[in-house]
Amino acid sequence: MSALAAALGYPHRHLLGIEGLSAGEIAHLIDRSEEFVARNQGSEKKGGSLRGRTIINLFFENSTRTRTSFELAGKRLGGDVINMSVEYSSMKKGETLIDTAMTLNAMNPDVLCVRHPESGAVKLLSDKVNCAVINAGDGTHEHPTQALLDALTIRRRKGDLRGLVVAICGDILHSRVARSNIALLNTMGARVRVVAPRTLLPTAIERLGVEVFHDMKRGLANADIVMMLRLQTERMSGSFVPSVREYYHFYGLDYAKLAVAKPDALIMHPGPMNRGVEIDSEVADDIDRSLIRHQVEMGVAVRMACLEVLADNLARSNSGNAAEARP
Amino acid sequence: MSRLALVNARLLDPAAGRDQPGGLLAIDGRIADLGPALFADGVPDGIETVDCRGMTLIPGLVDMRAQLREPGAEHLENMATASQAAAAGGVTTIVCLPNTDPPIDDVALVEFVRRRGREIGLANIHPYGAATKGLAGKELTEMGMLAAAGAVGFTDATHAIANAGIMRRAMSYARTFDLLIVQHPEEPALSHPGGMNEGEIATRLGLPGIPAAAEIVLLERDLRLAELTGVRYHAGHVSTAGAVEAIRAAKARGLPVSCDTAPPYFALNETAVGEYRTFAKLSPPLRSDGDRRAVVAGIADGTIDAIASDHAPHDQDSKRLPFSSAASGVIGLETLLPLVLELVHQGDVRLDRALDAVGRAPARILGLDCGRLEIGAPADLALVDMDRPWRIAVDRFRSKSKNSPFDGRPVQGRTMLTVLGGRVVHRAED
Repeated sequence: MSALAAALGYPHRHLLGIEGLSAGEIAHLIDRSEEFVARNQGSEKKGGSLRGRTIINLFFENSTRTRTSFELAGKRLGGDVINMSVEYSSMKKGETLIDTAMTLNAMNPDVLCVRHPESGAVKLLSDKVNCAVINAGDGTHEHPTQALLDALTIRRRKGDLRGLVVAICGDILHSRVARSNIALLNTMGARVRVVAPRTLLPTAIERLGVEVFHDMKRGLANADIVMMLRLQTERMSGSFVPSVREYYHFYGLDYAKLAVAKPDALIMHPGPMNRGVEIDSEVADDIDRSLIRHQVEMGVAVRMACLEVLADNLARSNSGNAAEARP
Repeated sequence: MSRLALVNARLLDPAAGRDQPGGLLAIDGRIADLGPALFADGVPDGIETVDCRGMTLIPGLVDMRAQLREPGAEHLENMATASQAAAAGGVTTIVCLPNTDPPIDDVALVEFVRRRGREIGLANIHPYGAATKGLAGKELTEMGMLAAAGAVGFTDATHAIANAGIMRRAMSYARTFDLLIVQHPEEPALSHPGGMNEGEIATRLGLPGIPAAAEIVLLERDLRLAELTGVRYHAGHVSTAGAVEAIRAAKARGLPVSCDTAPPYFALNETAVGEYRTFAKLSPPLRSDGDRRAVVAGIADGTIDAIASDHAPHDQDSKRLPFSSAASGVIGLETLLPLVLELVHQGDVRLDRALDAVGRAPARILGLDCGRLEIGAPADLALVDMDRPWRIAVDRFRSKSKNSPFDGRPVQGRTMLTVLGGRVVHRAED
């Protein structure tokens, strides 16, 4: 796969989602990420491949973790990184998303990393700018760099994604992480299960190529990877599930439920965790089983790879255009 | 005495048993005579004459639901631009929804709309009155007085009358005066916060969905309440197979109920949303293809009585937004006729049924004297080149807003001339 992936690369201008990407394109991004893991573990972390490039982190939704990860990635590549947080509620009254996009576009950034609370908003914005756009999470749609970092994390431990049984558990309905992971894992040949009460599953989820379970012990049976999702506080008390207590009883990951998975099954969580809600603290902190801290580490490497690939593509297409423009 | 002669036409009004070559004479706004023998010896001097060149003369279309945005949102559309769009589309009668600002819940507003319509003089414009004050779904409006002033039915427009108790009382009160109640059949507790049809596509796009049950649940409740109160009840823009079935069953039970749909619900399905195309965001949403086919079948067998444009003008600012924030609705006055004829050209619906759905059926439901090609009827006419191919181009629309999902669609059948009350109000440029 890797030779093929390297030959084809990632030919797109943006990274808006995993759905629609080929296995080769995904593998290419993961391969490129791998190069940065070792560098990030050394003491000299800074490179210069993005020197002179401007990266804007445009966040319409609060997220310290993801924003920091993108910021660090950009800086370690030598780029100039600007963080912009926009309070979405105040934006609704005046300036539209398109206005914001046009304004930023006029400042000639090279890459925009955008998070937005509405599905499709990042795609809309990407249609209006000349730079590359990375979707840092749009509504309940996609969060492609999370799926890539999850894949990198799994690959480093299991060698290959093909044939692995991955159980994604919890609030699938509101999860962009779940959608991106389902698309990526299916494309890369893993077997994906989702496990949740029916109120937290979107209609027709089985059409996305997953096996659906409502019982953790069935859903986790012989799983290689158990991926837990965060349950938002406002959905815990009666609106989607009756109580934290009941949710934890049936869907919280503890050793008893984990016992049915493969003995070497690994645990993942995109963070931030609700300990005692979707995951037991002991399980989350189990250094033999839990990959949660590795995921965060891989996140920086994946974002470095994505930034570098897209910045290269942009530079190439711009110089191509300039060549065409010459008489 | 104003007179207009139309010669060399194919006179078409299937419900009157008329499909023949001939001419038509309008005197003082009404059809004075028509038929093959008329003007056999030529048109007498001094009468304005239109040579129809063999094209088809039908009753002007009756569009039983459109939003005209006046008063209150004239930057989106106003009664003048909407009237021009109607004339260009062969629509001679528009019934407008009361969701203006202020809403049409007061006699003065009913009079305002009617007067403006007459002043503009390009289409007959009748308003619905609000069923509840301020469209708030709480207190009944002065339905009796509003009806006397010219409101042809009562509805809370794009809001469902969701509270069963309020609906029952609105129906009972309307029944007192034999008035029509028109519902937006969508249970808000099930549709909120959805933006498109619930299903695989919504799941892939990460958009909250609106289940078909949102429509069916409210409709079935209303049908029970209609049975209880005996009111004349009309369901707007039916979009699901389940709703068509519910109406079919209610009619079989003999209830005085009717319904309409709009072209997007038979010409498009949920796949039109594509990658968050807000021009394909409607309320109710575009449904599955199974639902679409059920709507076509419902039109064909008359379960769905009428086809309305459901004209809903929105500007770029309300549509160039993330899907969930974008406004719902599409314009439709200038595309109603070709999209209805598409059903005929495809062999899905017979021509007589299709014309009934945009003519006699809505006129009958609303109690309006129009939609007929008969002596004594208003001379509201559309001259149509039935087979003429053309491509829908929104930049040529008269509507002030251009939010149509049909831009670029090849269609067949074009309005060449529109006559309102015996006056030519539109002539196609090409």
